[in-house]
Amino acid sequence: MKFAVIVFPGSNCDDDMVYAVTEGLNAEAEKVWYTETSVADYDAILLPGGFSYGDYLRSGAIARFAPVMTSVMEEAEKGKPVLGVCNGFQILLEAGLLPGAMQRNQNLRFICRPTELVVENNQTGFTAGYKENETISVPIAHGEGNYFCDEKTLKKLRDNKQIVFTYKSNANGSVADIAGVINEKGNVLGMMPHPERAASDILGSADGLKLFQSILNHWRESHVLTS
Amino acid sequence: MSLLLEPSPKQIKDEKVYQEMGLSDEEFSLIEKTLGRLPNYTETGLFSVMWSEHCSYKSSKSLLKKFPTEGEKVLQGPGEGAGIIDIGDEQAVVFKIESHNSPSAIEPYQGAATGVGGILRDVFSMGARPIALLNSLRFGELNSPRVRYLFEEVVAGIAGYGNCIGVPTVGGEVQFDPCYEKNPLVNAMCVGLIDHKDIKKGQASGVGNTVIYVGPSTGRDGIHGATFSSEALSDDSDSKRPAVQVGDPYMEKLVMEACLEIVQSDALVGIQDMGAAGLTSSSAEMASKAGYGIEMDLDKVPQREEGMTPYEMMLSESQERMLLVVKKGREQEIKNICDRWGVLYAEVGHVTEEKNLRLLHKGEVTAEVPVDALAEDVPSVYLPSVEHSSFKKNQQIDASHYTVSDVKDTLIQLLQQPTIASKEWVYDQYDYMVQTNTVVHPGSDAAVVRVRGKNKALAMSVDCNSRYIYLDPEEGGKIAVAEAARNIVCSGGVPLGLTDCLNYGSPENPEIYWQLEKSTDGMSEACKLLETPVIGGNVSLYNESGAGAVYPTPVVGMVGLVEDLDHITTQSFKNAEDLIYVIGEAEAEFGGSELQKVLDGDISGKPPVIDLNVEKNRQTQILAAIQKGYISNAHDIAEGGLAVAAAECLFGTNYGAELTISGDKVASLFAETQSRFIVSVRPDNKEDFERIVTDAQHVGKVTSARQLVINDVSGQNVLQADVQELENAWKGAIPCLLKSKV
Amino acid sequence: MVKVQVYVTLKEGVLDPQGSAIQNALHTMEYKEVQSVQTGKFIELKIEKTTDLEKRIEEMCEKLLSNPVIEDYTYTIEEVVS
Repeated sequence: MKFAVIVFPGSNCDDDMVYAVTEGLNAEAEKVWYTETSVADYDAILLPGGFSYGDYLRSGAIARFAPVMTSVMEEAEKGKPVLGVCNGFQILLEAGLLPGAMQRNQNLRFICRPTELVVENNQTGFTAGYKENETISVPIAHGEGNYFCDEKTLKKLRDNKQIVFTYKSNANGSVADIAGVINEKGNVLGMMPHPERAASDILGSADGLKLFQSILNHWRESHVLTS
Repeated sequence: MSLLLEPSPKQIKDEKVYQEMGLSDEEFSLIEKTLGRLPNYTETGLFSVMWSEHCSYKSSKSLLKKFPTEGEKVLQGPGEGAGIIDIGDEQAVVFKIESHNSPSAIEPYQGAATGVGGILRDVFSMGARPIALLNSLRFGELNSPRVRYLFEEVVAGIAGYGNCIGVPTVGGEVQFDPCYEKNPLVNAMCVGLIDHKDIKKGQASGVGNTVIYVGPSTGRDGIHGATFSSEALSDDSDSKRPAVQVGDPYMEKLVMEACLEIVQSDALVGIQDMGAAGLTSSSAEMASKAGYGIEMDLDKVPQREEGMTPYEMMLSESQERMLLVVKKGREQEIKNICDRWGVLYAEVGHVTEEKNLRLLHKGEVTAEVPVDALAEDVPSVYLPSVEHSSFKKNQQIDASHYTVSDVKDTLIQLLQQPTIASKEWVYDQYDYMVQTNTVVHPGSDAAVVRVRGKNKALAMSVDCNSRYIYLDPEEGGKIAVAEAARNIVCSGGVPLGLTDCLNYGSPENPEIYWQLEKSTDGMSEACKLLETPVIGGNVSLYNESGAGAVYPTPVVGMVGLVEDLDHITTQSFKNAEDLIYVIGEAEAEFGGSELQKVLDGDISGKPPVIDLNVEKNRQTQILAAIQKGYISNAHDIAEGGLAVAAAECLFGTNYGAELTISGDKVASLFAETQSRFIVSVRPDNKEDFERIVTDAQHVGKVTSARQLVINDVSGQNVLQADVQELENAWKGAIPCLLKSKV
Repeated sequence: MVKVQVYVTLKEGVLDPQGSAIQNALHTMEYKEVQSVQTGKFIELKIEKTTDLEKRIEEMCEKLLSNPVIEDYTYTIEEVVS
């Protein structure tokens, strides 16, 4: 299995994402430059954190139009797993692959700290390695992670079990404590917390590694079934 | 401004225009002599920035020479963008600290942000990837709305820049004292990692090689910034000030990635950032160091504004720009890298045999001056020194007797002093984890960043207790270095070396110059004894306003090598039933202490004295015990004394502690006697630990009840406090002070 | 050539923490008469005049300049002599 880590100008967690996969999972990951036109050769697509295009205008607003995104959207449509973390999540929202939008944190400041998350849905290809309602420690680091959606969308997210992670203690003001949401089809996950920063005990937590492991396991299972 | 409005060479001399640019009469006549003619406006501008204190260190050079700058592991001492120290495995650590005080006093967000941007460039221009940022900040007291504004904006500016570029801000210090009210200090430090083979220098050699400009275009921002920061702030600073430089961390990220790719190419000859004095200093210094000259065609310099004059282009301090020298014929390789990263690339000149900086504009030579005259020949300024009037007075004040009626109340008050209180409000805003190597987060004695792929890490810390230095510059100078080393040792690192940022008032005041002289004497002595060479730094003088000068504040940024990841130690207690030891006896020394500040509202008397041999001995022993694995936690006893240190060891844990103190109660609890540590040791390591750390006194144990209990030797209770209550006071102090907005 | 001034504001009902912070500050500065503060973005474009000018401006606003999930936009067009 091969992971693609998309590099936009201004991405700064791209290497961290690669390390989580290569060092943490011992799996293969490659950085893919934003000008590439196809990600069809990869089995999973990771959109890393950072400040793509300086976060100018709105976080993720410009990156969403980068050449590589056309192919990312096509592959998402085909059902390939796509994970967006932090700025990656913001890009997925701007691209319309996930519902909702991001606003500045309620306290108007950047917040970086270890955070406890609740796994609300472990029946996804990203979270099968967790127990339902398990509390995991994964850090956040963002200035605009205050997730917003209207009542109707929220109800839909709840009904479809699309809320995958919530904050135990809501630091940014997100609607319904939402930390991560998945699309209806279950193959596109966006989350503000950084699982790649919780990929080994020496960093304070290895809870994030299970997310990457889950993607790998899910791929292996479906791969065995289809081949 | 157009060329027509520029004064003629004769006018410059007759009307003493050069004085407005900061040049003295003697300096101007020396320039005239060197050139053999009168300089024109552009040339006068070149000299004025290059000969400013900020760029030339003309009045501090003689003092800086005292610092030990060499050592077995030093690969690059002062003189380049940043110093370099070997850390084994063909790797090295590159680091430097720099001030951005006056820009931050005027526009705190952008001032702090561009300070971070500048220090990052210093490090990546050596070819190193920046792996950590630290900062040392000084403000007035938080009860002033202006100070709160400065504090909040400076922190936001540091966060805005560092977070975006993706270099973790892992540590720092913040102190508050009235003397910084009008003159906040903003010092930023960057640490980078490099393979020996990639080390690059700022040298322009090889006749005919191409000079290349990389980065965003040049505007009129920051013209004369270097000269501006070499003067005291006055009320008309507002009208005199240059346009504020605005930082673009996104652009710097792209420039940084492009440069780190470029340094891998053997087409690159030299590289330097355009910091203070922009294009002038980078070109003149690179040429002078290499023994060549540079000719530049200013029409080729990318310009953001219309009608810029040579003077403006040469003195602009527009941010995120780099100057490169590339082998002739290999330019395209460099251009390809810049194109890929979307960074502007312009060939602006070439290296010449003749050692001149020659500038062409609209087809004519607009300036031609010897590069050595600009970069090297600034006449040193020898300033008179007179003992500071406060010194003798303070030496005679007895600061050994203080009474404390309620120990718990006093401890809580100390924990709420913003200088001691938790800085979580600050570092919560810094991305301290990006790059996923930060092993010890902000809040412990030193931050620890692992070296990926190796079983080692770097410990780093910035320190300076300026109150001690004000009371006794020499003793205080020793303490600043010793404390930085102490923090590195407590984290499990071997101190490697340091970078310093010397922040003082006007050296033209003989009393200030005396502070500079004495404190650097003290620092030099400590550096020699503790074997921590000074590998670079920065001098920031004229930090004064109508209200007076800042305390002498020589900030020490130290880096240490943690030789094995198992050596990493933090200040938090680790296990209930661990034995607690204190290393070093407390003396009744309260001059400059937090206790004195709380009780008297000001500082006076003699600061604690330090015996550097004792310091060295204890540091060696504690490091040895850490390396052997005998120590569970280690923390230095600093501001607020043992009581505060013990409380800090408990914060963030689920433990409590029981301690027994002997001797003078107030001294035992609150004195800031130097070279002291508090450590905890697993009971089975007791004998081994005591054998190595000879001054250790067993004073108590870690408990599972969340209480801090201190008794005297007779068994009488001195303090009984709920740790949660203490922690709440400590954590809540700064947010609480900030909320009291007007 | 026309000058187009685009104002992007938060949709009604979307929390505007920056606006509330500014309002609080104004209140503490004794400008008690301030009833509400709303923040937004101002973007100025110089555009070559085309026949479907308004349609294209609206497209730009909807695709990039604003986020329709949380933001509204308005714009003005002004002729400029170049």
